[in-house]
Amino acid sequence: MKPARELLTAIIAILALTLVLGVAYPLAVTGISQVAFPDKADGSQVKVDGRVVGSRLIGRAFVIDTGKKDADGNAITRPDPRYFQPRPSQSDYSATGTFFSNRGPNSAVGRFFFRDALDAYMALESRYAPGLTRAKVPVDAVTTSASGVDPHISKANAVIQAHRIAAVRHLPLDRVDQLVADNTDGRFLGVIGEPGVNVLELNLALDKEAATR
Amino acid sequence: MAQGFLQIAIFCALIVAVVPVLGGHMARVFRGERTFLDPVAGPLERSTYRLLRIDPEHGQDWKAYARSVILFSLAGWLVLFLILRTQTLHPFNPEHFHSGTWDLSFNTASSFVTNTNWQFYGGETTLSYFSQMAGLTVQNFVSAATGIAVAIALIRGIVARRSATPTLGNFWQDLVRATFYVLLPISIVGAVLLVSQGVLQTLGGTVAGLARGPVASQEAIKELGTNGGGFFNVNSAYPFENATGLSNLIELFLILCIPASLTSTYGRMVGSRRQGWAIFAAMSTLFVASVVVVYLAELHGTPAQHAAGIHTGAIDGSTGGNMEGKDVRFGIANSTLWAAVTTVTSCGAVNAAFESLTGLGGLVPMVDLGYGESVFGGVGTGLYTMLLYVLLAVFIGGLMVGRTPEFLGKKVEAREIKLVSLGVLVTPLAVLLSTGAAMATKYGAPSIFASGPQGFSESLYAYMSQANNNGSAFAGYTGYYQPNPGNIGAHGITFADLLGGVTMLGARFAPIILVLAVAGALAAKRVAPQGLGTLRTDTPTFVGLLGGTVVLIGALTFFPALLLGPVVQGMTDRLF
Repeated sequence: MKPARELLTAIIAILALTLVLGVAYPLAVTGISQVAFPDKADGSQVKVDGRVVGSRLIGRAFVIDTGKKDADGNAITRPDPRYFQPRPSQSDYSATGTFFSNRGPNSAVGRFFFRDALDAYMALESRYAPGLTRAKVPVDAVTTSASGVDPHISKANAVIQAHRIAAVRHLPLDRVDQLVADNTDGRFLGVIGEPGVNVLELNLALDKEAATR
Repeated sequence: MAQGFLQIAIFCALIVAVVPVLGGHMARVFRGERTFLDPVAGPLERSTYRLLRIDPEHGQDWKAYARSVILFSLAGWLVLFLILRTQTLHPFNPEHFHSGTWDLSFNTASSFVTNTNWQFYGGETTLSYFSQMAGLTVQNFVSAATGIAVAIALIRGIVARRSATPTLGNFWQDLVRATFYVLLPISIVGAVLLVSQGVLQTLGGTVAGLARGPVASQEAIKELGTNGGGFFNVNSAYPFENATGLSNLIELFLILCIPASLTSTYGRMVGSRRQGWAIFAAMSTLFVASVVVVYLAELHGTPAQHAAGIHTGAIDGSTGGNMEGKDVRFGIANSTLWAAVTTVTSCGAVNAAFESLTGLGGLVPMVDLGYGESVFGGVGTGLYTMLLYVLLAVFIGGLMVGRTPEFLGKKVEAREIKLVSLGVLVTPLAVLLSTGAAMATKYGAPSIFASGPQGFSESLYAYMSQANNNGSAFAGYTGYYQPNPGNIGAHGITFADLLGGVTMLGARFAPIILVLAVAGALAAKRVAPQGLGTLRTDTPTFVGLLGGTVVLIGALTFFPALLLGPVVQGMTDRLF
């Protein structure tokens, strides 16, 4: 074939393949998924009183607005002590524009971030959790996740926070620990992945518990 | 730690199990034999030939084959560039995103046509669903199919019996069969499995502050075609792309299944399955070494964390380790297994932030990139790159025993070795020249985020990744400013966008042309019977020689550069 003729063939090929691979394929997968797994295909939404409050897969912050603003005009918040706290997030749990922290291993600035995160955790938990020292703070509690919306915290992190929740909400510690266990996502077949406590579901379970008491 | 190694072992066992199955299927597909997919894929295949007015049985010599590859990629590039520049006219654009800037679109189009999927843009904040589906997803398929086609053409050149007109097959037939008999069926199954784990698949827009879209269909081919370009900016770390431990395992499997299985396809097509397993063994050895090193490295914290007083060891209910830039559901084991899988292949999808890896941990992806896609590599690219190294190892072996080197009955002579040497060196050359240009001039500086050796690591990684058509990043490195959501008022960093784009195109198509030239040269050769002095290429000795050649040439080319970045950081507790 002559090059000009073959370039035309190539362009027709791209357009034809676009119809199959770029339109028919994603629409077919959308159709199958919406029939087979409608809730999951739509984002595993969590509803409270019929209103969508988030997704069980996407972590979110549980904070109180202090009414103050920082230098950039963003609202300054503090953790809401009535709720389990998720991991620190570089993107403030944004689920519309995501990015990594890109905090390098030998970052001098990173040291201050980690120090502040550790101080904040100790300030929130140490008055409730007996015998909590800096060396006992699990590493996931003071580092940012990759996704910025990590829905999970480690078991160790949840067990420490349970003391605060029990005290603030006047619940027996046993009951809080039970809720933590109930809202832990285990490994697939007990082997694949790492277990984690789903913070959004756990906090919703806490609110439900309060409503029934 | 035992639990982590158990998960890694299970994954490796799954790959070993699939190699003969998928490898056998692909061998049947590219020999034109019957497969179980014929009733569905057959009509689709034949109507494509009719539409294109192609005679699939018309054999092409290496020049015609190469010309078809280049023209098809050029057409794909033009269509994709046009799509990226006309976003305001698109259907399926619920967030009303504007088009990317011209330099950014140049980089992105080059990135997806070359199977790189390097991303200077943030997907969920800049691209319409139409761009993601009709633009990026399509190139995810066809750039992968192109890679497979070139690998198959090289195999045909190796096995060709001498005839008046030695041909390498027909590119259009290979492209269509790779797409409809391999990539599309696996993607459909993979996408639905991912949705069952919670990966999104919807055309509805943002709900309750959650950006959404048709993610699973793109996710499946993004992994299967070793493309790696995420729907979301944080890629497969985002729960809507990778929801559970099981979805993570499925995605890892999709990434490695074709590159690993092609070794078996090769063995079958050259008539000796041992030949395929020998290559698989050499690849696996280097891969497993990478996984073990990066896993053990990340079980430790970083100097910055230790300086802040964080205890990074394991405690009851937490595995410990460097959890910065990693999600809890993956933990250290699955994040590091992914890091090795995505960088030995040319995938580049990530489920953790590479820039936040420890010094030694961050060295592993760079060494993997230094292997130049020979250790599994991209779909097709991995096999043809490794076959170049095989020819090189045969040549070195021939020098050692003092005989004319032979490979599968064909004499390897000066012309082939010249082409092979060029093919092996062009990618490292592209990396070092581009990194040098970015570091030595002021134009590279605006892209760098971190200070100290980490800033150098970002630059080196950026060009290693783009030249090897990988696409993963030390993501602080940027080519694009987006002051407002939806691309409004955005501008690109022209230098980084253009240099990266040219690097990707050059390091993709120069080796392809050289590989096809090697195939053409081999196809024209007479087959001689094996003699006593022939170096066998299916023995453990040869596996060692092959692995050694890859390490010596691939990785050591970069040794001085690696010293300046990750090695420095891995050896000191100093903060920069």
